Amino acid sequence: MTAELWEAIFKGIWITVQLTVYSAALGAVVAFAVGTARTSRHWILRFLSGFYVAVFRGTSALVFMFWLFFVVPLAFGWQFVPMWAATLALGLTYGAYGAEIVRGGIAAVAPAQREAGIALSFTPWQRMRRIILPQAVPEMLPPFNNLLIELLKGTALVSLLGIPDISFEAQLARLATGQSTTIYLAILGMYFVLAFLLTRVMRLLERRAKAGIGQAPPKSGGILGKLRIEETERSTKAGLAGGAQ
Amino acid sequence: MSTDSTGPTGSPGSTPAASTPGRSTPGSGNGAELIRFDKVTKRFGSNTVLDDLDFTVAPGKHVTLIGPSGSGKTTILRLLMTLVKPDEGTIRVDGEYLTHEEKGGRLVPAGEKHTREIRKKIGMVFQQFNLFPNMKVLQNITEAPVHVLGLGRDEAEERARELVELVGLTECLDRYPTQLSGGQQQRVAIARALAMRPQVLLLDEVTSALDPELVAGVLDLLRDIAHTTDITMLCVTHEMGFARDISDDVLMFDAGRVIESGPPEKIFSEPENERTREFLSAVL
Repeated sequence: MTAELWEAIFKGIWITVQLTVYSAALGAVVAFAVGTARTSRHWILRFLSGFYVAVFRGTSALVFMFWLFFVVPLAFGWQFVPMWAATLALGLTYGAYGAEIVRGGIAAVAPAQREAGIALSFTPWQRMRRIILPQAVPEMLPPFNNLLIELLKGTALVSLLGIPDISFEAQLARLATGQSTTIYLAILGMYFVLAFLLTRVMRLLERRAKAGIGQAPPKSGGILGKLRIEETERSTKAGLAGGAQ
Repeated sequence: MSTDSTGPTGSPGSTPAASTPGRSTPGSGNGAELIRFDKVTKRFGSNTVLDDLDFTVAPGKHVTLIGPSGSGKTTILRLLMTLVKPDEGTIRVDGEYLTHEEKGGRLVPAGEKHTREIRKKIGMVFQQFNLFPNMKVLQNITEAPVHVLGLGRDEAEERARELVELVGLTECLDRYPTQLSGGQQQRVAIARALAMRPQVLLLDEVTSALDPELVAGVLDLLRDIAHTTDITMLCVTHEMGFARDISDDVLMFDAGRVIESGPPEKIFSEPENERTREFLSAVL
């Protein structure tokens, strides 16, 4: 392995990170738009969003990417930049999965919260934005974390369009040197580190989100830390019930 | 349907808070009635919860709905709050149709916007409090006045502070609902409903979810509000002592109908209907 090959692989990391961030951003927008539309009182919105999820969840992100990249130019005489074709395909596909997480999170908010919102004459949109979503989002973050890691690994598909991400550069390096074991072990580690970093960021978000709805976040990981928190919560409750306040 | 009440006698010069059907003149907006149910029927599946119900509530009156569980009391409150829609009949609040609109001389189901406007006159306190867990106490109270009524934040906060003082929770403004006891949460819920300055306050078994030692405090607060404001109250409760204290009128429900109504002294001391007697002897 020469230094140049390693450098190319490290540049690939940057491409992979960019793709993950762009697709995740697009996917998040799609997930919230489609996911909330699935709970709409208008049947047409429910139908269209349901149709979207069925199509994009039921087809392959890879095939969709090939369509964008190879078929669109034939049909329209106009070519996507590969990065954009990839971002679009990944974002729209993972957004469909995300929409189901959003829908589930919304459904998990107690119906009584919606009723309280009606009783205060909030509009349906205000209820969603001020009452339902702020309570639903913390519940969505753990499954979003899963999906984000799936997306990170899914970006490897773009190597088939010739986009020089980690997987693509690793493939080149393997062809050049034949050192399959070293190279694949290295990129396995790279994906793992990226996934680990993503998880840490998501955990941080989760903690902040939970604190924002009055749920004390666990300060430190580990079972002992959790036990301590539960114990203080119990004693606080007992104190309140006893009329100490 | 028929009831055998002739209305309350407690307040001279006022219209009966709950009158028998046919007594009130048809047409709306005469100011003598704030709430009017006309032939309202509500079914859940094959179960008829409210059966062709007529009743009216005059402004400023405190009316208590009693009766065995499943008799349709809570459904009346939920109909008024438009959490459920009537299958038949109409409901008017302050002379205006709640779930219907008049279009070209015909009554058609109302749009969300129309219903929302009428609904602003009504506030509700729930059995399970239903505070917003994602907002601190202050924001729970100011959120709707700011975003629904369009009040300035300063004005809404001032209103909230007054109300929090009224309910005795000044020190809790900066806490989340999960950090409060049930009784405290219910007081905040009362303040939140009052912050909208509703004409009618609906109280749906507001002490049923509370620990016994916290009930009295909440009831005292509601007594205080009933006696010092001119807000109209419609309560569903199992607290007969409370009902007796605050009510101008008591309606006894059974199987979706009002079987007896009248001032509390009469209903609680000398009920005429056999079912009322049975029910009261079971709960008193």
